[in-house]
Amino acid sequence: MMSTNGKRGVWNVAKREVQRFGSHPLYIFCMLGAPIISVIFFLTLMWNGLPTDLPIAVVDLDNSSTSRNLIRQLDAFEQTEVAMVTMSFTEARQEIQKGTVYGIFYIPKDFSAEATSGKQPTLSFYTNSSYLIAGSLLFRDMKTISVLAGASVGLQQGTAKGYTNEQIMAQLQPIALDTHVLGNPWLNYSVYLNNTLLPGILQLMIFLVTVFSIGSEIKYETSRQWLQAGNHSLTNSLLGKLIPQTIVFTTVGFMYCALMYGLNAFPLNSGWLPMLSAMFLLVISSQAVGVFMIGTLPTLRLGLSFASLFGMISFSIVGFSYPVLDMHPTLQALANLFPLRHYFLIYIDQALNGRELFFSWTQYASLAAFLILPLLIGKNLKGALMHFKYIP
Amino acid sequence: MMNKESRLRYIIKEGIQDSFHIWKEELKNVFKDTGVMIFFFLVPLAYPVLYAFIYDNEVVREAKMVVVDQSDSYLSREFTRRVNATPDVQVVAVCSDMAEAKRMLDEKKAYGILLFPSEFSKDLHTGKQTKVSLYSDMSSLLFYKAFLLSATEVSLDLGKELTARNNPASTDELQQIVLNPIPYESVTMFNSQSGFASFLVPAILILVIQQTLILGIGMLGGTARERNRFHSLVPIARHYNGTLRIVFGKSLAYILLYAVVCLWVLAIVPRLFSLPQVGEPWDVLLFILPYLFACIFLSMTLSGFMTTRESPMLVFVFTSLILLFISGVSWPLASVPPFWKAFGYLFPSTPGIQGFIRINSTGATLSEVAAEYRLLWIQAGFYFITACIIYRYQIIRSERLANKNSSLAK
Repeated sequence: MMSTNGKRGVWNVAKREVQRFGSHPLYIFCMLGAPIISVIFFLTLMWNGLPTDLPIAVVDLDNSSTSRNLIRQLDAFEQTEVAMVTMSFTEARQEIQKGTVYGIFYIPKDFSAEATSGKQPTLSFYTNSSYLIAGSLLFRDMKTISVLAGASVGLQQGTAKGYTNEQIMAQLQPIALDTHVLGNPWLNYSVYLNNTLLPGILQLMIFLVTVFSIGSEIKYETSRQWLQAGNHSLTNSLLGKLIPQTIVFTTVGFMYCALMYGLNAFPLNSGWLPMLSAMFLLVISSQAVGVFMIGTLPTLRLGLSFASLFGMISFSIVGFSYPVLDMHPTLQALANLFPLRHYFLIYIDQALNGRELFFSWTQYASLAAFLILPLLIGKNLKGALMHFKYIP
Repeated sequence: MMNKESRLRYIIKEGIQDSFHIWKEELKNVFKDTGVMIFFFLVPLAYPVLYAFIYDNEVVREAKMVVVDQSDSYLSREFTRRVNATPDVQVVAVCSDMAEAKRMLDEKKAYGILLFPSEFSKDLHTGKQTKVSLYSDMSSLLFYKAFLLSATEVSLDLGKELTARNNPASTDELQQIVLNPIPYESVTMFNSQSGFASFLVPAILILVIQQTLILGIGMLGGTARERNRFHSLVPIARHYNGTLRIVFGKSLAYILLYAVVCLWVLAIVPRLFSLPQVGEPWDVLLFILPYLFACIFLSMTLSGFMTTRESPMLVFVFTSLILLFISGVSWPLASVPPFWKAFGYLFPSTPGIQGFIRINSTGATLSEVAAEYRLLWIQAGFYFITACIIYRYQIIRSERLANKNSSLAK
């Protein structure tokens, strides 16, 4: 396929590139340091899967054994911790503003007396949704305890009157909702976030390193020497330069997969191969985008700015937290320009849902299609390498 | 005695003059440099707008759901109709079996399944509790939330109506149970529609200020190192031989630029996108002051370690994500492991985001964010000292190298 001359060119450039890794500590930091710091951070931060013991305040105006029992039960939930019990709503509200609690559970005056005499006292709960995750987890627990409180009073009264549990439940809640969360049954946030955050960080570092490794040749006027090592062929020079990086980044990517699907036992319903190949495609498509960036903006600092901004935006536009389908149509179209978006869709289909490969092939193809980008910008890039004068 | 006093006065006067000279030079440096301009102006200008635009719809609307109706009864159809009528969910199809519905999920024609068992209607008519199953694709938690809330609401409402209608002649005691012994109400405070932009964008706004300062000032430092003789952070020039005048002069330049940036990021952008803004402007202003100081002195300290103008981007961009999560806005601070919590307190963004969200979104006053406010002043003081140390070291280093060089020349 490739002439021996060509092969030697690629080999020479690759050797030269590996030497550059050694002489620039920044290379090592970006290729290994940053991805490793990130994986340690995110996996240890979310080690429990869900935030636990979120503090709430209880305003207990009833102060009876029933209300105290209710508070104990609420505290027993894994996600909820009753951090304070007070008689004053104003005080509880101030604690929310001080950030010490995320929610308030309000038990009205004469609650237990009214509940047993059928006067229907209302339980109220307040969540601070400026903190969306904490707010919705507490909402769930406080709602459950309210439903349970109602059910237990109902059961107490009903059994006293001689009705069976079944009869009573049918009265209390004729239609029960039974929820199944496909792929991630524990609603584990670590699974939910890390499956996209970590590959996203990898994508960002690949953009930066690709741009840096080519842009610095221009800046330090070594680009001709680089092309010479590749026998004056841009293709050979690029391949020789990028292949060592591909190897390092793919290794890091596979390490991510091993930590997520192996060590942490995240759902992997597709088996390893579909995710590992998606990871490899994410690496090479991100490199292709990186080449395109420095090809369009052959000044190192501008190329790197482009890489930084594009890399950071991808975390939002990929739609793993806020769905792409609910974004403006323009953004829905733009999302396709980010390799991470296609990787994310593959992950949903494969690792999470274990769907047939047939449903993901367009996403695999899209990732592969990014490889066309360097061909489009090749002429521009070669021009820059030969003639561009770095303006500091 | 007299001599000493006039000497001191002279030093102060010279110091102030030099500070202003350095201030002017630094402003020139900023405006000459497109790279720095990108981070000082383009990013703070465009990024908040872009994020607000991405999350502009705030909540999920019309999440696509497919119904498997094995009951095919009046009640199951009524249930479906009501779910479809909620703003959050749209029923795209009614299938006869699960296989077909799962296929629709595979093809992304729907993201959730609602299954009515064949005995659904019969159970309800015979006074037994019945079950509706909800299956949700986890490609987005917000889809799941939309399905869950809508289906729960319909099941409760319909259930209540049914018991009331089915048991007109029930005994008094049963009626009492029927009538929901303990009703409850939930209130979402401060971000009443649980919008995504209202939750995340305020944190991003604060983080953008810190990160662009680190990148921009880091770039200025790296450029100075590349350009100056002996790769030193400070040029060898008459006006640059005092630590304090350099630190004061430069930070004055950044403060001035970022006063404008903050006005845009913290006052205008939230208004444009109707994000929460319930804090007293005076409180916001007083809170942002130490935040800016802390960010600027931290950036000046870090810039001392940047040897080329590009290194800040390679080193600091990825930290934005870590700092966002460590600040406790999406992952609650109460659940951040102690080690990372301590680490987070090294950065102004952690107390900055916490305090700003509480002032801006929950209407807290300065006294309610006193802990964060105090921490920001401590950080500002600490990083001021480290910035001075960095510059002192650089002045001594370049002087030493200059002397060595001149003695070599002789």
